[in-house]
Amino acid sequence: MSRKGSLRTYVLTRLVLAIPTVLILLTMVFLLMRVAPGNPIQVALGGHLSQQEIDRRSAEAGYDKPILTQYVEYLGDVFTGNLGTTLTDHRTVTSIIVENGSATLELTIAAMLVALVVGLTIGILAGRFRDTPIDLGGRLFGIVVYAAPVFFVGYLLQLLFGSTLGWLPTSGRVGPVTEYELDTTTHLYLIDSLISGNFNAFEDTVLHLILPAVTLGLLVSGVLIRLVRVNLMQTMRGDYVEAARARGVRERRVVLEHAFRNALIPVVTVAGLQFAILLGGAILTEQTFNWPGLGSELVRYLNERDYIAVQGIITVFALAVVLVSLMIDLINAFIDPRVRY
Amino acid sequence: MAHMPKFAGIRRLGARIQEAKGAPRWILYVGIGIVVFFVILAIFAPLIAPYGFDQVTSDGVRFPKQAPPSSEHLFGTTVQSTDVLSRTIWGARTAIEVVVLSVIFSIAIGVPLGLFSGYVGGKLDRGLVLIMDALFAFPYLLLAIVVAFLLTDKLNDFFLSNLFGAGIVTAAVAITVVYIPQYFRVVRNHVISVREEPYVEAARALGAKRRTVIGRYIFYNVIQNVPALATLNAADAILTLAALGFLGYGIQPTEAAEWGYDISRAIDDVGAGIWWTGVFPGMAIVLLVTGFTLVGEGLNDVLNPLIRYRRIRKPKIPAEKVPAEQEASS
Repeated sequence: MSRKGSLRTYVLTRLVLAIPTVLILLTMVFLLMRVAPGNPIQVALGGHLSQQEIDRRSAEAGYDKPILTQYVEYLGDVFTGNLGTTLTDHRTVTSIIVENGSATLELTIAAMLVALVVGLTIGILAGRFRDTPIDLGGRLFGIVVYAAPVFFVGYLLQLLFGSTLGWLPTSGRVGPVTEYELDTTTHLYLIDSLISGNFNAFEDTVLHLILPAVTLGLLVSGVLIRLVRVNLMQTMRGDYVEAARARGVRERRVVLEHAFRNALIPVVTVAGLQFAILLGGAILTEQTFNWPGLGSELVRYLNERDYIAVQGIITVFALAVVLVSLMIDLINAFIDPRVRY
Repeated sequence: MAHMPKFAGIRRLGARIQEAKGAPRWILYVGIGIVVFFVILAIFAPLIAPYGFDQVTSDGVRFPKQAPPSSEHLFGTTVQSTDVLSRTIWGARTAIEVVVLSVIFSIAIGVPLGLFSGYVGGKLDRGLVLIMDALFAFPYLLLAIVVAFLLTDKLNDFFLSNLFGAGIVTAAVAITVVYIPQYFRVVRNHVISVREEPYVEAARALGAKRRTVIGRYIFYNVIQNVPALATLNAADAILTLAALGFLGYGIQPTEAAEWGYDISRAIDDVGAGIWWTGVFPGMAIVLLVTGFTLVGEGLNDVLNPLIRYRRIRKPKIPAEKVPAEQEASS
């Protein structure tokens, strides 16, 4: 059905289809946060303030209104980008997302790089040299990486590189000196330190980033290895690979250009599903390394029962999931014409 | 269903495993071996573990704090003076209990929902698919954390809580919420594909009730995917449980030993070079997850008709050599 303009139709259909998903996820977040008894203000501040003060603030925040009104107001707030102010430390949720979200972003991008390098290398080698010790080693590595909880991998890396060898810091995003010196404009410390020309800060940031990024990257690489290996094995059987060989194309080129490119299509598709793994892994990695990202903020606010903050952070996570799956589908539609409607 | 021979499903499963050969068979056996080992640890924890999971004294003498492995404490002791070996063994009990409960819960809810939704179809089906897909798209750990957090101290009066402890049930429910969509999806899609098969059509034409058609004709066809999915989910459930414990949700430290919680405490020991408090619980997680994964992969290889090998002698057909060897050697 590759009619003219079908790509545009696909993009539009996909965009429209994302709307109910967003609504359902937002409804879920709303319901989850309202299952808890008592209103958020009561839960967070009960005992600290007088009951009148709590009632007054609850009324001000609209928690005395019927649940349906609250729901509509919540949706309205999300669409206008107003996610409220935390109850316990009076930060706007938007500022949490900018400051801590950037930490998470920096970590996940670095982790994805590690995952791509490790996952693609091992996956290609294992798929190319099928049923050899290389393949077996690669598969075993994949299983172990899957079976080991991400925080345990992080813990082992801390023991080895932090404690025994003493090479790398195991906690935080930067050392105290950098924390004090660095001007934060983008909140991505790698970029900030380069902009301000502060190379000590850049080095400090990189050193702090290595262990968390490797930890989270290894988690994601496990899935990648598996996918790349299986898909490469399938595409290597394709006629066009045989044809390329027959034309005398070098084996290296056959594998990396002819087979690998086609093997990559399903990998991109599944990358969307991996995003959930990446987010879950990020929460745990941040907690392991004291990384001040959205995940550790979520855990902290949950423990303080600050539902406004929790609701805001979860809303952002949910929107990110929809956005990423949308992007993945669109990228796929550009790469592979068969995907389009 | 009363007319079926007893344990027909289990017998058929047994026969399939007997027929398996080569790698899938060994993968399955090694996996079963590991899982059985942990199940034994879990059941006989009180007999195998030298001390209780929160025991800090023996014969009136307090255990040393953060002592390295020794003959007294094979895996050493923690900062609270508990015995790491005992906590690791008791942790197996916690893990197995939570896994069994969560797998039972999610099958009990996900499978009937999938059967019904797939068979009835229509608006109900579309609605359920939409909700389940949304649940599925949600980062699973986030969902489990929020559910576990919201349920903390809410399940004290639930009947199973008296049997297993409220924390274990809370963790199991949190994990269940994550896995229901998977069972729903697999079962529902399978139902859709067999719903219009001639034998189902025939049963309907003979005037079978909807219950009979679903319960007898469709159920047995669809249920075959569930064992492999359940064991793979069990592997995942161990990881989710450990993650919840690591973050401090679900099981309370006073209630049972939990590997993830132990590792979270062990991270504070890293600076002092103390490795035994975290390495042993971590190894237990890795081993048990590997065990369940191997069983799941093995079952999949054995049960899935598309990829299973059987021990049936291949007929010899004289044919020209396929250039497969050439490919492998190049």
